[in-house]
Amino acid sequence: MNYKMMGRFLAQIVAVEAVFLLPALAISLGLGEWNAVRGFLISLAVMGIVCLILFASCRKAPGPFGAKEGLVCVSAGWIALSLLGALPFRFSGEIPRFIDALFEIVSGFTTTGASILPEVETISRGLLYWRSFSHWLGGMGVLVFLLAVAPAGGKGSGFTMHLLRAESPGPDVGKLVPKMRTTAMILYLIYIALTVLDILFLLAGGMPLFDAVCVAFGTAGTGGFAVRNDSIASYSPYLQNVCTVFMLLFGVNFSCYYLLLMRKFSSVFKDEELRLYLGIFLGSTLLVAWNIRGLYGSVADIFRHAAFQVSSIMTTTGFATTDFDLWPSFSKSILLMLMIVGACAGSTGGGLKCARVLLLLKSLRWNIHQVLHPRKVQVVRTNSRVVNETVLDNTAAYLAAYVIILLGSFIVLSLDGFSIETNLSAVLACFNNIGPGLDAVGPTCNYGAYGLASKLVLILDMLAGRLEIFPILVLFSGSTWRNS
Amino acid sequence: MNIIIAGNGKVGLTLTRQLSAEGHDLTLIDLDSKRLGDTVEQYDVMGVEGNCASAPILRQAGVEKAELLIAATNMDEVNMLCCLTAHSLNPKLHTIARIRNPEYTDQIFEMRETFALSLAVNPERQAAVEIERLLKYPGFLRRDTFAKGRAEIVEVRVDGKSKLCNISLSEMLHSIIKTRVLVCAVLRSGTAMVPNGNFILREGDRIFVTAPTANLTTLLKDLGIITRRVRRVILCGGGRVSYYLTELLERDGIAVQIIEQNPQRCLELAALLPNASVIQGDCSSQEQLEAEGLGSCDALVTLTGIDEMNMIISLYGASRGVPQIITKLGRMENCQLADSLNLGSVICPRELCSNNIVRYVRAMQNQTGAAVSVHTIADGQAEAVEFQLDEGAIHCGEPLQNLRLKANVLVTSITHGAKATIPNGDSVFRKGDTVVVVTSGQGVLRQFNDIFA
Repeated sequence: MNYKMMGRFLAQIVAVEAVFLLPALAISLGLGEWNAVRGFLISLAVMGIVCLILFASCRKAPGPFGAKEGLVCVSAGWIALSLLGALPFRFSGEIPRFIDALFEIVSGFTTTGASILPEVETISRGLLYWRSFSHWLGGMGVLVFLLAVAPAGGKGSGFTMHLLRAESPGPDVGKLVPKMRTTAMILYLIYIALTVLDILFLLAGGMPLFDAVCVAFGTAGTGGFAVRNDSIASYSPYLQNVCTVFMLLFGVNFSCYYLLLMRKFSSVFKDEELRLYLGIFLGSTLLVAWNIRGLYGSVADIFRHAAFQVSSIMTTTGFATTDFDLWPSFSKSILLMLMIVGACAGSTGGGLKCARVLLLLKSLRWNIHQVLHPRKVQVVRTNSRVVNETVLDNTAAYLAAYVIILLGSFIVLSLDGFSIETNLSAVLACFNNIGPGLDAVGPTCNYGAYGLASKLVLILDMLAGRLEIFPILVLFSGSTWRNS
Repeated sequence: MNIIIAGNGKVGLTLTRQLSAEGHDLTLIDLDSKRLGDTVEQYDVMGVEGNCASAPILRQAGVEKAELLIAATNMDEVNMLCCLTAHSLNPKLHTIARIRNPEYTDQIFEMRETFALSLAVNPERQAAVEIERLLKYPGFLRRDTFAKGRAEIVEVRVDGKSKLCNISLSEMLHSIIKTRVLVCAVLRSGTAMVPNGNFILREGDRIFVTAPTANLTTLLKDLGIITRRVRRVILCGGGRVSYYLTELLERDGIAVQIIEQNPQRCLELAALLPNASVIQGDCSSQEQLEAEGLGSCDALVTLTGIDEMNMIISLYGASRGVPQIITKLGRMENCQLADSLNLGSVICPRELCSNNIVRYVRAMQNQTGAAVSVHTIADGQAEAVEFQLDEGAIHCGEPLQNLRLKANVLVTSITHGAKATIPNGDSVFRKGDTVVVVTSGQGVLRQFNDIFA
């Protein structure tokens, strides 16, 4: 293990986090929220010290930096980010217990949006901003950000590929352009442009600036932290529709936007994953709308609520315009299914990802054909390109790991004595980075009631879900820490 | 610059290493996804899997936006077709193809326009030319030429019987060598160092000496290296390099014996090379070598396709006291090993070829003061960089002793007009000069102005 190189990466990550804490501090200073200011200042001091120690002890970092280091670096980076990011909540005294603060910020960085706070509106504005901003930073990934701003590496900068792969969601992560740094920059530029567009649309609908920025952050990262107790429900129908559209847009693979910018329209419209994603969205919206037709007055309302909730759950955002826990079982079941499917690979969303669902369905069909025609030679294709067999194997392995973690967490959570529906939806909502579940963790409730062990499990689930399981799993593997 | 490399083989990989270190945007095309994956893991490049001669694959690799395409697959025909296709997709594209088949060599030169080739490289032929240059000045392990052939960096090995053994550098430069030369690097047991005047040379050291080409004969004489003209050469292995080399050597009137195992290939060679004596036999057998008069030949060149075999035969030749030995190695990694063995000069066609292409890329970049050529010396631990001074060059006209250069940078020769000189404290840079600089630092020198601290 190349600890020095990893130390240097961690130091940079902490430095980035400290810089991004400053706007939140400024908001608290401007509004005179002195508790929050104290929390921010102490946290900044801690971050500064950690950063200095890491920089000082890892100045000369030579040597190889392989896949193993890349994976460990990403997960260690995210854990450090979460531990330090939780400090402002703790030191300001607004979330008295550290485990709760950690849960809240992990939920932020992993773009989950699951909260332990019963009353959001009592929290100071600076901390609310920091909570929402963590969605934005976590959505595209802090290491991708580092890659975009860090000076271009000279020799052997290929190792950065491991970092991108570990942090970017999807079964087959590739670059848009030959250079890593340019790829990261393009991704962030698209991300920033879309976020700004979202803020402008929200402002045009009369949303206050602070709300607009926070909601846009929550939408962009497909997170789901809002600044009001009832999430998005009290905003106007126009604003809700803007959110629906932008949630959907942030759930699309970002390389599609790059292709659009490159004027390769046909390859975007023919993209199978995008078609599946939009198809599932339309189908689910229609089914849900039909199922809840008796609950709301007008057709427009029915479709607004159906589309919003489907979009919110499918892109793993987790905003709510209505308490969907009161919907009929059929609708709730569809939402549970959508939790698992998730958004597109290469987006800011979580879940299993449409690309994996597509690959799994195709390899299932392939297997059935193979049973019926044992001598038939056939390959699996997406977008008329042959899919590498290792990608298929990895996808199957991913599904296995996914199910095992899901079931394991479900068992641990059931010790706390909630209903099966609560526990299952809690695990699904955290592991797939959605936020609200059903029953006792529904849109109007929160996760505060769970015990320490359950919260820890959910925190790990959120991290595993955001980093696509394997970076977290390698932390628990003995051969990672043994020197080969 | 945006560069596509078709073919991720030996040459492709060497090019990827060198060009990505210089900060170019590289896209690789190869049929083998496994090998491609390994390279993409290791370097900051993009990989495209497929046939490099097909238009869709080239488009996928972004040929419309590329500035240069290097076709280095193992098939000449594919390389040509690849360049032709790519050029028709993007008429502004520069193309370099590796063409190795001797049967194409002549026509390629005439048909470059037709095939839309900016440059055709032939590693084997280049290796042959390099070997011929070495055979002309026996005694030098390697020669790197700069300033259009006016200045050179030559490599000399200090052996036990040499005049240089156990002598300090200042002594060597004042009493032994009458002409002005400069020792720019010494390689001792695998580590390169830049020596000062008190440095004592030991047996086994390899020294890199800069000298104007005109003074090379004097240098050889002063060093006491007997320069007998090479009259008879034994080539082991009858591959492409052997063929090209024989052609060149016959032109110089040198008798060539080729030992080749494959009877079919022997017939081909005999038909192509009427003056050479082609012997069918196993060149790894010592009896066979002795039967061909190994003990009395002037030079032995080992050119079989197997590195290990070449090394063994060269070692045997050295033990039999052959005056000059040249070993071809296919893998550069083996060169480190070669340092500890007495293999004579080592030639790596792949390295020569990719150096040539890198030189072309640098020339294409054509930024002010960009390096004209780069030669790696001392087993890759130092680089000799050639600059052409233009208007952008700073510190022109100031004596060298007043300038502060970067650590690990040494100005080894200044060529003004047709005259190459070894600089001293009073030397000055002038516009239009060709300057050769040796650096052992990590950073790449891109521009002349980079050499100043």
